[in-house]
Amino acid sequence: MNKPKVAIFDFAGCEGCQLQIVNMEEEILDLISIVRLVEWREGMSEQSEEYDVAIIEGSITRPQDEEKVRQIRERAKTLVALGACATDGGVNKIKNRFDLQEVKQLVYGADSALPHLDSAPTKAVDEVVQVDYKIYGCPIDRREFAHVVRSLVMGKRPEIPNYPVCVECKRKENVCRYEYHEICLGPITRAGCDARCPSFGTWCFGCRGSVDEPNVQAAREVMERYGKKVEDLEDRMLLFSNKQEARG
Amino acid sequence: MNKKVDVHHVTRIEGHGNILVNVQSGVIEQVEWQVPEAPRFFEAMVRGRSWADLQTIVSRICGICSISHSLACIKGIESAMRIPVSEQTDKLRLLAHYSEQVQSHVLHVGYLVAPDMLGAKSVIPLVQTHFDVVKTVIQLHRMANSWSDLLTGRTTHPITFKPGGFSKIPSETELRGLRAMLSEAVPDLTSLVDVLVSLAGLLPDFERETEYVALVQPDRYTFYEGSIGSTDMAEATPLTEFESVVNEYVSPQSTAKWARWHRDSYAVGALARYNLNSAYLKPLAKDIARMFDLETRRHNPYFNTLAQVVECAHIVESALELIDELLTAGLRQEIPQVEPQAGEGVGCVEAPRGILFHRYVFDDQGRCTSANMSIPTNQNHGNIQRDMEALLPQIVDRSEEEIRLWLEMLVRAYDPCISCSTHYLHVKFV
Repeated sequence: MNKPKVAIFDFAGCEGCQLQIVNMEEEILDLISIVRLVEWREGMSEQSEEYDVAIIEGSITRPQDEEKVRQIRERAKTLVALGACATDGGVNKIKNRFDLQEVKQLVYGADSALPHLDSAPTKAVDEVVQVDYKIYGCPIDRREFAHVVRSLVMGKRPEIPNYPVCVECKRKENVCRYEYHEICLGPITRAGCDARCPSFGTWCFGCRGSVDEPNVQAAREVMERYGKKVEDLEDRMLLFSNKQEARG
Repeated sequence: MNKKVDVHHVTRIEGHGNILVNVQSGVIEQVEWQVPEAPRFFEAMVRGRSWADLQTIVSRICGICSISHSLACIKGIESAMRIPVSEQTDKLRLLAHYSEQVQSHVLHVGYLVAPDMLGAKSVIPLVQTHFDVVKTVIQLHRMANSWSDLLTGRTTHPITFKPGGFSKIPSETELRGLRAMLSEAVPDLTSLVDVLVSLAGLLPDFERETEYVALVQPDRYTFYEGSIGSTDMAEATPLTEFESVVNEYVSPQSTAKWARWHRDSYAVGALARYNLNSAYLKPLAKDIARMFDLETRRHNPYFNTLAQVVECAHIVESALELIDELLTAGLRQEIPQVEPQAGEGVGCVEAPRGILFHRYVFDDQGRCTSANMSIPTNQNHGNIQRDMEALLPQIVDRSEEEIRLWLEMLVRAYDPCISCSTHYLHVKFV
């Protein structure tokens, strides 16, 4: 079997998703044995211009980065977006709610006019090029990453849950966060994290983005039952970008 | 004799940085450390967000220092809203904070620096050539990760930290399990030390007198609280005055905002902490520092990596004591209580790569109206540049390949975490 050549690239983000790959420890060695890792700036010095699978972490926030992503797309047979910044824009998208000039002025003050400070509105990778697969989450789940890589090597389409976090949360017999008077995004957020945040005593903040067709009516009923305002839900949804375009 | 070194994106560091060297007929025309990381504007993005969601956002400044950023944020909120914190909460937070130092230090020493010392381009070929070393590193790294998992809910981007306390604490049984795991890690740590002692001679012999800045406390080697110490100052400075320490400025040749205090630049990180606090190291850590001869290398930036190893030992020793204290007192379930109110507060901890400051202002609804953060790597950039300027004349006669390696190793020694880039500018490269 020809081992697929894999390259990992990073744009604007915290690099926490790449860290989850390192955190697989021994298992990463198994994965490396079924692929050829040809470029990964954070972990190795080698570089390459040829690869079958490109994995992209981070959001796209500058014109020159859009160019680089297009180039990667041209070279790669399969393109995978890794983590919330790449799949949905992540927290980087909160920036888009503000006037960009004002944001630059606030952070860089008098220097904000310098030409090397250009920054464009944040985009998820699929707002620039076609994305074949998405590995959701902030950070990603290591097991899901391994599942996707194995599936790609075997030429199969990886299974990614398309049901809400509540399903996993109930299975773990957690008490609903609404019972604690919290605003939890579990009813609309894509599962696959094993309801990790509710299991550690706090609300879901939606880092895996919403399911493809969220049951808005059910979410509305939950809000009503617990006397919560839809605006509070939307406010929290801003963190991981779900509603930002709608709000403009 | 002309030499050009153009390292476009130094590899095996967290984030994007470039090195540019231009030597014409033996004369150094240019030596620059540049940072092209995309700015992300966190200080602007947190405005208008509720105190309850702030940690979730700012944790994402950095995947490697997410526990430190979260703690600085939560301490800032607690200080602004005068939220009381129990002794148990402080101890559990410190225990979690320790886990991040070890995670990050082992990652840096084992995965990012060791290939240089063992003559490889990454850790992957070392699996064939130095299997035992790789195995030890993996074991230590996994130990530190499951330590974070237990206290914070996952390895990266902590879940359980809340202003006023924890959303979930471990059980006493789990703490006993952690205690056993830490004790078992000591032999791994000492075997890693043995390997590094044999390789320490390969680190460049370079010294430059430097101002070192770190958290200090009267009686301990501190990571989690205290005030701001400097090797140039007898008196410590209160955390609330951090802007007068950092003095951020734009250098005409720079890609990032730089910092300076009493000199042209200063350094933060493990070597800075060692230089200010080494009297309070635990016994095993003191022994290891002696084996590395750290005391006489205290102005050699390459030895920052070895200071990190000394800290790993100190932290494991301190954590064992901390767990005993927690178990003796017995764990209580405490519910965090927060009454949102207007106010301003500063939070500060030592991130693995140096002192980290957050400042927040809140309105009476508890929404953030302004924020300022000073990140360790930002504070180190000026010092990396000054080190390069001092080092290059000493090695200018060597081959381009060797100059490149020494400069790359210098950058890696600082363990830069460039994603924490709230302040970075970027430039176009030749």
